[in-house]
Amino acid sequence: MSIFIDHSTKLVVQGITGRDGSFHAKQMMAYGTKVVAGVTPGKGGQRFEDAVPVFNTVAEAVHATQANTSVIYVPAAVAASAIFEAADSGIELIICITEGIPVLDMTRALPYVHERGARLIGPNCPGLISPGKSKVGIIPGSICQPGRIGLVSRSGTLTYEIIHQLSTNGFGQSSCVGIGGDPLIGTNFIHCLAAFAADPETEAIVMIGEIGGTDEQQAAEFVKEKVKKPVVGFIAGQTAPPGRRMGHAGAIISGSSGTAAEKIAAFEKAGISVMKRPLDVVPLLKERL
Amino acid sequence: MNLHEYQARDILRRHGIPVPPGEVASTPAEAGAIAARFGGRVVVKAQVHAGGRGKAGGVKLAKTAAEAEAHAKAILGMTIKGLTVQKVLIAPTAEIASESYVGIIVDRASQRPVLMVSPAGGIDIEEVAAKTPEKIHRLAVDPRYGLLSHQAMALGFKLYSDVKQARAAADIMQKLYGAFYAVGGSLTEINPLVTTADGSVQALDAKIVVDDNELERRPDIAALRDTSAEAREEVAAREAGLTFIKLEGNVGCCVNGAGLAMATMDLVKYYGGEPANFLDIGGSSNPQKVVSALRIITSDPHVKAILFNVFAGITRADDVANGIVQATREFSVKVPMVIRLIGTNEAIAVEILKKAGFPALTDMDGAVKQAVAKATGKAA
Repeated sequence: MSIFIDHSTKLVVQGITGRDGSFHAKQMMAYGTKVVAGVTPGKGGQRFEDAVPVFNTVAEAVHATQANTSVIYVPAAVAASAIFEAADSGIELIICITEGIPVLDMTRALPYVHERGARLIGPNCPGLISPGKSKVGIIPGSICQPGRIGLVSRSGTLTYEIIHQLSTNGFGQSSCVGIGGDPLIGTNFIHCLAAFAADPETEAIVMIGEIGGTDEQQAAEFVKEKVKKPVVGFIAGQTAPPGRRMGHAGAIISGSSGTAAEKIAAFEKAGISVMKRPLDVVPLLKERL
Repeated sequence: MNLHEYQARDILRRHGIPVPPGEVASTPAEAGAIAARFGGRVVVKAQVHAGGRGKAGGVKLAKTAAEAEAHAKAILGMTIKGLTVQKVLIAPTAEIASESYVGIIVDRASQRPVLMVSPAGGIDIEEVAAKTPEKIHRLAVDPRYGLLSHQAMALGFKLYSDVKQARAAADIMQKLYGAFYAVGGSLTEINPLVTTADGSVQALDAKIVVDDNELERRPDIAALRDTSAEAREEVAAREAGLTFIKLEGNVGCCVNGAGLAMATMDLVKYYGGEPANFLDIGGSSNPQKVVSALRIITSDPHVKAILFNVFAGITRADDVANGIVQATREFSVKVPMVIRLIGTNEAIAVEILKKAGFPALTDMDGAVKQAVAKATGKAA
């Protein structure tokens, strides 16, 4: 099994003819993801790579192809609008890769998505992959292996680093989910932990957090109360100075809140094994399994 | 992006919030002339992006225009928390009866804009939150409807028992909420919101932080950026499309991705070194970005070794390698470089580096250990 995406995922790519959208649509198709449609306003009727029909609107794409998942590669200025459109068209799972969406746009988009019963992953995220089944987003498929470790992370390349450690040491993954580095995101650690806890083929969970906010602290509480599977965690940003945004819009220590130290303490209190270095993931998993 | 107090006051005034008069000066003579127009009794306030201006001696009262000019002379050019004061705000002093706090932020947990008000104004709100949390009242606003009148009124009564003043405060809160969305704020704050001797409610000091992601669609707000108030390297990095934050150590770091960049800094520290900076070259493949990154890192005289840590995904390893080689042709890099590259087009990258005489590593821990050893002059 896996979480959120698998063989039943039928994907529409919003922004399929753009620079990033076209590149990653090809990568996803090569990986075996069922890319059933693309959307670029004004290019309806064309075919992408002679295979995937392009529509003017998401509603048309859903009507013609029964797409149930969308991935968004459009520029930040119109990305919130793309989220509204996907939610309005009956898409159940929306993955927004775009970085740089104004936070105030998200204060409006998130309740809209929620009210329509859809799930948003991101924004400002690398997407997700269920190795051997489906990949939606930009995580390089070549570094992943099918297996029984569930991985959830706020980061992109740091996630690749940990996946690389896992795959090269015989730990395949059930699903890897990048939830995004923004302060307001659609799917948080707890949503992913709950899904991994319920997934019979996930044996252990790796969660990668960073400074800023209290999502990791709440997730630690959730692990303590609800998750019976072993959890291994990492927090990036122990050397980050307070008050500065460390690249990700959400990675900021505000006053004395959101530090790595308080998150690590919360992890330890909840029985999560804490990595000191990315390469500690393998020995800690061996210890816990 | 932080706005100066005088810029924030202008924005609030344009949104109809009562703000006492005040003008900005960049020379003592200008300050004196403004003070004379206000009748001499003024406050001279340093305009820098730092809290605790008063404690640092950046806020002074004057009884005459000459005294204001002397204060301006002392304050202009002084350094507060590493930032040089370039401008002062001159405002007439007022009889203040009470000081409150009104602020709006986006709350991550509720995912909504949250209004915070407190009758304990004039001091750092974090301090109030830590010592007397019961004095802070919060309201998460539903962005579909905005701040409703009855909600604002209820908060107004938390500040003032007088209905006229509560109504005035409620009106200010609704206008502040409008300004928050209009400028694309991540924080808008009035501290203190004062009542004067005649009972009127006014915004004495204002602070606005704008979400950097809003600037592209708000050129009028972006134009308010004061680059003289920011670190030189950080301005250069932003113009080159990089995220750079200067730190105190001697291991220069050049990484793709914010999470990996933080983890790399942490690992430098773990192996006994100190990172000189945070630097994310971003997701796009562009050798020129690497050249700019190296130029910025090498401009810091404290840097004794440079560490590249690249996990190529969208970023192509060969682009990074080409950038490194190109940079060493354009200017001399006098400190040792340790390069770790893995992922997309790794083999091509290693070949490019080898031809130019640079060894490439694939293991993150090994690379960090080497960089720390080179920076501290010890063997790895």
